[in-house]
Amino acid sequence: MLESINVTKKFLNKTAVEDVTMTLEKGHIYAILGPNGSGKTTWMKMVAGLIKPTSGTIRLDGKEIDIQSRKEIAYMSTEPYFYDWMTIKDVGKYYNDFFEDFSMERFAYLVNEMSLEMNLKLKTLSSGMMAKLKIAATMARDAKIYMLDEPLNGIDLIARDEVMKTIITYANEDKMLIVSSHLVEELEMIVDTAIFIKNARLQGIYGLESLRINEGISIADKYREVYGKC
Amino acid sequence: MKFNPNAPIYLQVIDALKLDIINGRLSPGEKLPSGRDLAVRYTINPNTAARVYQELERQGICFTKRGMGTFVTNDADRISECRNQMAKEVLDTFLVSMKELNISKDKAIEMINESDDIWMI
Repeated sequence: MLESINVTKKFLNKTAVEDVTMTLEKGHIYAILGPNGSGKTTWMKMVAGLIKPTSGTIRLDGKEIDIQSRKEIAYMSTEPYFYDWMTIKDVGKYYNDFFEDFSMERFAYLVNEMSLEMNLKLKTLSSGMMAKLKIAATMARDAKIYMLDEPLNGIDLIARDEVMKTIITYANEDKMLIVSSHLVEELEMIVDTAIFIKNARLQGIYGLESLRINEGISIADKYREVYGKC
Repeated sequence: MKFNPNAPIYLQVIDALKLDIINGRLSPGEKLPSGRDLAVRYTINPNTAARVYQELERQGICFTKRGMGTFVTNDADRISECRNQMAKEVLDTFLVSMKELNISKDKAIEMINESDDIWMI
């Protein structure tokens, strides 16, 4: 269980996240949605323990997030964080050194599933291949929480299908996945709950099926309703 | 599969599976994909896939053997009942649309009789 309690993050002249309170449960895939600059990435970085809230608390299974939590939370940021000279295999080794829960075997499997090859040099990879590699490296960990920041950005349709398949395959009742995206429609099918962030605040949390059952609309429809007139 | 954005996903997958069962693409007693495989196949959330099987089981269209998976029912009567039920739904929708177009039942029947016979193709 992941609890975000009155979490606020202020930078010098800007409040990136304001008073976000919500509880997320394992066994679910969450979409965290909102326009650029709404605070999604900042919130995820706080959960990942990379930055600290200005006020408020984030707890994983009752324990406040700290350096140790990184062992249990696999976070994929939007920024590239590998070196050019590395091969895909080197990325695996690098992760293997960093994370106890990383499985080289699972990494090799995912690399193959995503139509990549171990001996490819990173500088030769297209942006789509790079995106897939980041996902393979993140999902090859056996973490409690996987957080993927914009995994569908800049990749073609085929790569997108491969990424979605990977996400579905590794989601189970003991894991929690949190995925951010601008591509609401694509992501909609594979999540069960959508978290809307608007102007640094939590706007609402919507169940995929309950929206359809109760209001007869999709998450994408709700997104248009919430963000359409700003 | 292309989903209708206004209807629950699980109901749409249920209808797709029922259609496969009615058309014999899935045979009575045949083993169905695991929940996860179903999720991958339709690119849906695994919880939605689990709900699909729960509901199909509740309706007697499939059954679960512990530790072995989910199977299509062997009950031929239940399958033909399911066919009739789905046909009834399609018919109701059709009739409502015809009524909205101000076409009488007799006229609708006449139109059906005059239409291209797709059963012959």
